[in-house]
Amino acid sequence: MLALEVEKQLGALRLAVRFQIAGGVTALFGPSGAGKTSLVNMIAGLLKPDRGCIMLDNTILFDAAKAINVPSHRRQIGYVFQEGRLFPHLSVRQNLDYGRRMSGRRRDPTEFERIASLLGITHLLQRRPRMLSGGERQRVAIGRALLMQPRLLLLDEPLASLDAGHKGEILPYLVRLRDEAAIPMVYVSHIAAEVRQIATTVVRLDEGRVLAAGGLELLAEAG
Amino acid sequence: MPELSPAEWTAVELSLRIALVATAWALPFGIAIGWLLARGKFWGKTVLDGLVHLPLVLPPVVTGYLLLMWFGRKGPVGAFLYDHFGVVFAFRWTGAALASGVMGFPLLVRPIRLALETIDRRLEDAAATLGANPALVFFSVTLPLALPGIIAGVLLCFARALGEFGATITFVSNIPGETQTISAAIYTFLQIPDGDAAAGRLVVVAIVLSLAALIAAEWLGRRASARFHGE
Repeated sequence: MLALEVEKQLGALRLAVRFQIAGGVTALFGPSGAGKTSLVNMIAGLLKPDRGCIMLDNTILFDAAKAINVPSHRRQIGYVFQEGRLFPHLSVRQNLDYGRRMSGRRRDPTEFERIASLLGITHLLQRRPRMLSGGERQRVAIGRALLMQPRLLLLDEPLASLDAGHKGEILPYLVRLRDEAAIPMVYVSHIAAEVRQIATTVVRLDEGRVLAAGGLELLAEAG
Repeated sequence: MPELSPAEWTAVELSLRIALVATAWALPFGIAIGWLLARGKFWGKTVLDGLVHLPLVLPPVVTGYLLLMWFGRKGPVGAFLYDHFGVVFAFRWTGAALASGVMGFPLLVRPIRLALETIDRRLEDAAATLGANPALVFFSVTLPLALPGIIAGVLLCFARALGEFGATITFVSNIPGETQTISAAIYTFLQIPDGDAAAGRLVVVAIVLSLAALIAAEWLGRRASARFHGE
């Protein structure tokens, strides 16, 4: 479970957000500029809130009052970025293996094989990121985040950089992931249709505030 | 290639050794200073930047003189190093390496700094979320991505060190077999009657070595950037 109560001044935007989410896929839904990316960056430890606290499964990730701020590399939170951010100097295999190597875990070929085939990227392992299509790149990015065995998976508009055809290529994988893996996910998006396909819970954000939190019916209100 | 006399070979071998040692020692400092200048936010950054570039604009003789003052046996740093580590720079090839390293340093730092400045910091964030601590991020992402700049800096520094003359001769003089590099040897041969032929041979060697360094830089740089842009 993720519980969060944070405040942060971001230029003109004052972000003050409080919500709790259990398992499943929670969509952070709202127009661009609502503070969605800043929020997931705070969960990941890439951005420090001015005030508040963030808890994940009874461990404190951030608490301004207690001066606790667990650094990114110790949070074990997977992050799939809008633009993939694959390491250009590493092959697909090395990209996928990066999280395991950095945390010094033992190689697990079965798990590697399982994730790679789940995402349909087994034939790409020797390639460099430059040689991948946008859709392939995002699938590798998802695999890389999954293989670090995250306690929580953050997906920041993972389809935003893709054209319509490639969007359709990724969504089914994400749905499978939701149904097969027991990892809670936070899915950032401003597109209702996308959210409807993947999310189980919705948190609606606008101008740095939570407008509402609940089920998929919130999407209808948003129009 | 013309036949070189043993004395000429000594100068060539010495030049290569001095340039290699100078570059190897300068490299870690070059990366550290390049990183500070690219990423650091601290008081006195402009001063540090100026100091690093000083050898580029000062007359080499002045740099050599300053080295003599500081790193000579009686200089503050030189005396300290001798007393505690037994290291001597004055009139030794090690001093020539120090002078060459100092002269090549600005050329080493500049491309490294530029490379570090152009790295996409968001890749470092991605590495951190994947569990890499700051040191691992540096060695597994930052450094490899800066590699083309590092290679360019190393080769420029090496080439500069290979040809260094003014600071070296001022600091450690022109002793055959100890501090007489190719440049110093050419200079010496031109001072004596009938030295033209020997000087000419060393000139050819200098040109060949410099060209080789350039070609190596080009080839290595292309290989390094091919790694990022797909082969």
